[in-house]
Amino acid sequence: MTIAIPPQTTEPPVVAPNGDAPPGGHRAAPRPLVPPEVQRVGRARRVAAGVGYGVLGFVLLGLAWQFASTRAEGLPGPMKTFDTLFDLLSNGFVADGPDGQGILLQLRDSLVRVFKGFAMAAAIGIPAGIAIGRSRRLHQVFNPVIQLMRPVSPLAWYPIALTVLIQSDPASVWVIFMAAVWPVILNSAAGAMSVPSYQRDVARVFQFSRRTQLSQIVLPHAMPSIITGLRLSMGVAWMVIVAAEMLSAPSGIGFYVWQSYNGAGLRNVISAVIIIGAVGVALDFAFQALGRRITHEESHA
Amino acid sequence: MSLEVRGLWKGFLHGGEPQWVLRDVDLDARPGEFVSLIGHSGCGKSTLLNILGGLIAPDAGTVTLDGKPIEAPSPDRAMVFQSYSLLPRVSLVRNVQVAVSSARRDWSKEKVDATAERYLTGVNLWEHRDKKPYQLSGGMQQRCAVARAFAVEPRVLLLDEPFGALDALTRARLQTQLIELWSDESETETVVMVTHGIDEAILLSDRVVVMSNPPGPSVAEVIPVDIARPRDRVSVVDEPAFRFAQQELLDILHRDDARELEATA
Repeated sequence: MTIAIPPQTTEPPVVAPNGDAPPGGHRAAPRPLVPPEVQRVGRARRVAAGVGYGVLGFVLLGLAWQFASTRAEGLPGPMKTFDTLFDLLSNGFVADGPDGQGILLQLRDSLVRVFKGFAMAAAIGIPAGIAIGRSRRLHQVFNPVIQLMRPVSPLAWYPIALTVLIQSDPASVWVIFMAAVWPVILNSAAGAMSVPSYQRDVARVFQFSRRTQLSQIVLPHAMPSIITGLRLSMGVAWMVIVAAEMLSAPSGIGFYVWQSYNGAGLRNVISAVIIIGAVGVALDFAFQALGRRITHEESHA
Repeated sequence: MSLEVRGLWKGFLHGGEPQWVLRDVDLDARPGEFVSLIGHSGCGKSTLLNILGGLIAPDAGTVTLDGKPIEAPSPDRAMVFQSYSLLPRVSLVRNVQVAVSSARRDWSKEKVDATAERYLTGVNLWEHRDKKPYQLSGGMQQRCAVARAFAVEPRVLLLDEPFGALDALTRARLQTQLIELWSDESETETVVMVTHGIDEAILLSDRVVVMSNPPGPSVAEVIPVDIARPRDRVSVVDEPAFRFAQQELLDILHRDDARELEATA
């Protein structure tokens, strides 16, 4: 059996040295090069359009909010709320105001709790996840437990934590830990499992020590996945801290939301919601940037 | 003596049915010999190489190196893999040093460093020693992998389609470097290489082992290549022995192809 290879019919386009269309004229003239300053203008215009559409989204949200506030009794409109937000921010660091601690001090308390719980989750979750990803036996032992624990709302741990730890502050940190540790473990395990088989073979043929295997093969391959896990768990932690502080905490942004509901009013509640959202975006952005920096170096491997 | 394979069987379960990839394979590779394994994909040539490397265990049969059975990977049988298998985070010279110091724990640091320098120089990468793998082309990474394998001073070098992913010019250059390192620089005696390329197999090998798919025997034929070394890659194609081997290999591989088409028809 023979396979006929069709002759090549497409030749590379011929371009005369001066950039004109070649003689014969039946080919399309080469497209003129776009000068760099024109390219820059095009780029600036695209960025501006992107920002413009983003702003449009917020304008639409504001209009809907304004409309809702005219219909729903007690719901403050955007303008009044922003007045309150600016007041709150400008007195954000006042330690002893009419409503207690300033809102930025509350925010600081929440962030400290989140970072404590998150740091614990990372310190325990990354090694545990890598161990589970590396060992089939450990995976068999712990995977069912993890799958059972993972869908439990972290807030369900709060009464237990409060009973054992007595004080609400360590109890909220514990709840954050329980919320944050599962994504870290699962993604670290997935990362450790993603080591290509030929890299494992290299380790076997050249008889790498466990330490060399871990530092040179497992960690570089698992790192992007680990960063993803940390980012996911930070997102969960930030959602959970607000709820945990609403249950019982002496301070924090969640405490502030609940306290304002019982006192100062919805304007303060919505201001706090806006701040919570902005901080969440900032945290996520920071992890994305970190992930890009780390994977940039490794992904070329 | 040297590398001896006797009555080797290896199968995998495929939908509950065992499929014998390697069927009663006998093979010898003597000291100073370059042996190629060639065949259609799925014929088990990589499986055989991995068994020689000790990475997987056979179902039946024995593999011995100088009479000692092969049961686990060892730096005495260093391997070069098809994929670029360098450590991603460290420089080329560290890649070689880490492998050598892991594989040869009794060597002094001076000896490890000197060996790394010698073999990286041998593949013309010493000036790039401080670059990381991702800063280099695929061909350069594969040269480093070849240098790493030679640097642990193995008895046998096992190559799994080492040049498969490279362009023709890079492949030609690397083939020449491989032969030079093997014959002039290193103590390594025996080389076993898996390849798809008929011309590559003839150019480099003393014997070409043609492997076939089921139901025939795994080793269809062994073609000797009696061409004196050093071989010049341009003039070697005019040698009658080259033409003969090329024709033989084409015939066997096409015969195998035709039989498979009949079987599926």
